[in-house]
Amino acid sequence: MKRAALATAGRIWPNATAIVLALGFVFPVYWMFSTAFKPTRDIITEEPVWFPFHGTAEHFATAVNAPHFWTLAGNSVVVTVLAVGLSLVIALCGAFALTRMRFKGRRGILLTFMIAQMAPWEVMVISIYMIVRDADLLNSLVPLTCFYMLMVLPFTLLTLRGYVAAVPKELEESAMVDGCSRRQAFLKVVFPLLAPGLMATSLFGFITAWNEFPLVLVLNKEPAMGTLPLWLSQFQSQFGDDWGATMAAASIFAVPILVLFLFLQRKAVGGLTSGAVKG
Amino acid sequence: MAAQLDDAVGKAAPQTGKGDAPPAGRDGGSRPGGRGGLRALSRRAPRSPARRTPYLLLLPALLATAVLLGWPMVRNLLLSFQNLNMKELIQHLTDWRGVGNYQEILGSEQFWRVTLRTLVFTAVNVVLIMVLGVLIGLLLARLGKKMRLTLSLALVLAWAMPVIAATTVFQWLFDSRYGVVNWLLDTAGWHAMAHYDWVGTQLSAFSVITVLIVWQSLPFVALNLYAATTTIPRELYEAARMDGAGTWKVFTSVTFPFLKPFFLATTFLEIIWVFKAFPQIFAINQGGPDRLTETLPIYAFTEGVGNLHFGMGAAISLLTIVVLLAMTAYYLRLTLRQERQEENEL
Repeated sequence: MKRAALATAGRIWPNATAIVLALGFVFPVYWMFSTAFKPTRDIITEEPVWFPFHGTAEHFATAVNAPHFWTLAGNSVVVTVLAVGLSLVIALCGAFALTRMRFKGRRGILLTFMIAQMAPWEVMVISIYMIVRDADLLNSLVPLTCFYMLMVLPFTLLTLRGYVAAVPKELEESAMVDGCSRRQAFLKVVFPLLAPGLMATSLFGFITAWNEFPLVLVLNKEPAMGTLPLWLSQFQSQFGDDWGATMAAASIFAVPILVLFLFLQRKAVGGLTSGAVKG
Repeated sequence: MAAQLDDAVGKAAPQTGKGDAPPAGRDGGSRPGGRGGLRALSRRAPRSPARRTPYLLLLPALLATAVLLGWPMVRNLLLSFQNLNMKELIQHLTDWRGVGNYQEILGSEQFWRVTLRTLVFTAVNVVLIMVLGVLIGLLLARLGKKMRLTLSLALVLAWAMPVIAATTVFQWLFDSRYGVVNWLLDTAGWHAMAHYDWVGTQLSAFSVITVLIVWQSLPFVALNLYAATTTIPRELYEAARMDGAGTWKVFTSVTFPFLKPFFLATTFLEIIWVFKAFPQIFAINQGGPDRLTETLPIYAFTEGVGNLHFGMGAAISLLTIVVLLAMTAYYLRLTLRQERQEENEL
């Protein structure tokens, strides 16, 4: 009797805590979307309106009709996809070498990437600005793509290392014994097993590149050459008091990543773990 | 090991590899033995052009790092010794100043104040993130399936919010007049908060920034910790429980030791991420009020780009890198030592 009561109590507290936490974590996201759908009179109220009963899409119209929205959205997609794709290919090669091979300077190279991972890009904007200016590449998507690629690269490489290490060497070895070359063994045996790892690490990459702000702020001042974070920040200063439109803009900016994440989250969770356990 | 196996397969008879490798895999536990055997094998085999393979594979990554990170770093170093303001920038003038920038910065009270503030800010956030993240991760492990899914989904949504969007939302949540947070506090009976201006004082602005950063960072720690705990063999827990260990004891004697690499790596990443946090602080109030929420990255940006003292900004950014390196040196050393051990095993 007493034990049963204890067991129930033991379930109540974790569940109650979980519900409170879940609400806490979801609320800002919910508040963004719901504000975006509310008519302005339901936003500017002393008493919050908890649900957009009089839903409207006018704020979204304001957002997408804002100058350059579609151009900048296109820029963001191009730059992000290119940067993440490139860094995945480059990182995979490097991760493979670092996990499976022994060579002089290996630890030095590893340290290089660990330090590269800490690079405070925000504070190097001045020197980057000058380099890009001297190369006559301001207001172009090329430097953005390159720099975003490198922002993502060290983390991708170091994390992929864990995934490569998790694939038993024996699999590769037996493929090679069966007559595959090193490269074939990798492409046919190891690569398919790395798919979840690649998806997980690319998620982090997408978030980083999609979000990048200080660099594009300094390098691409021409209105049509920016990316969505720049658009959102400018939109906000332009529509500052129009919280409906601002939240609609934020929603539009957030949705691609939210959708991607919901699809890939299973793969992403635990991603770091396999990297960390291997070191 | 595989590199040597490659050599062996390329040069020596494949059968040797066949005879050697699979048993090493099959009796799992004796891997060092298997490795030793292979190493001996490769020592016998003559070295081949395959030795270049690792360098070729790493070449693109190293090249990109050297050009895109190394070059700006060098340029940054040079700038930090120059007197470079708007005038020099536009006219492409180079005016060397020696260590003048550094002398000026290291001698200014502001720099030390910002550094101390950055350290405290990073410490507070990382401790909060790690402690709460671990607690939520352990909670996830205790929940039933449905509840776990609900909480995980909520965590994933917060995690996936792009920083700039999240920052914008938090400005709206904490809006002084129509923000829902002030309404909640007022309704809960704290009437002084009715129209509270959160970005008006240093402490309150930092509170908003901290809530934002912690909210966004917790999911990463919590979900990964939960995923990591699932890799701990159940027998370890059972044995600990049999010995009469309580929750705390189980954590300190089983979970923590088993997941030590996880804790180290996560803390390291969080330190970097919090230390470098830029858009969150910048967008909330540009480091205000009165530059009181400037951390080192914001300070460097404001001095350099905002106030157009590019040389000074470059010097501050280098000092920022030094501080960050000092903070993470312990982890870097540890990882390298571990790598050396693994290399010996390879």
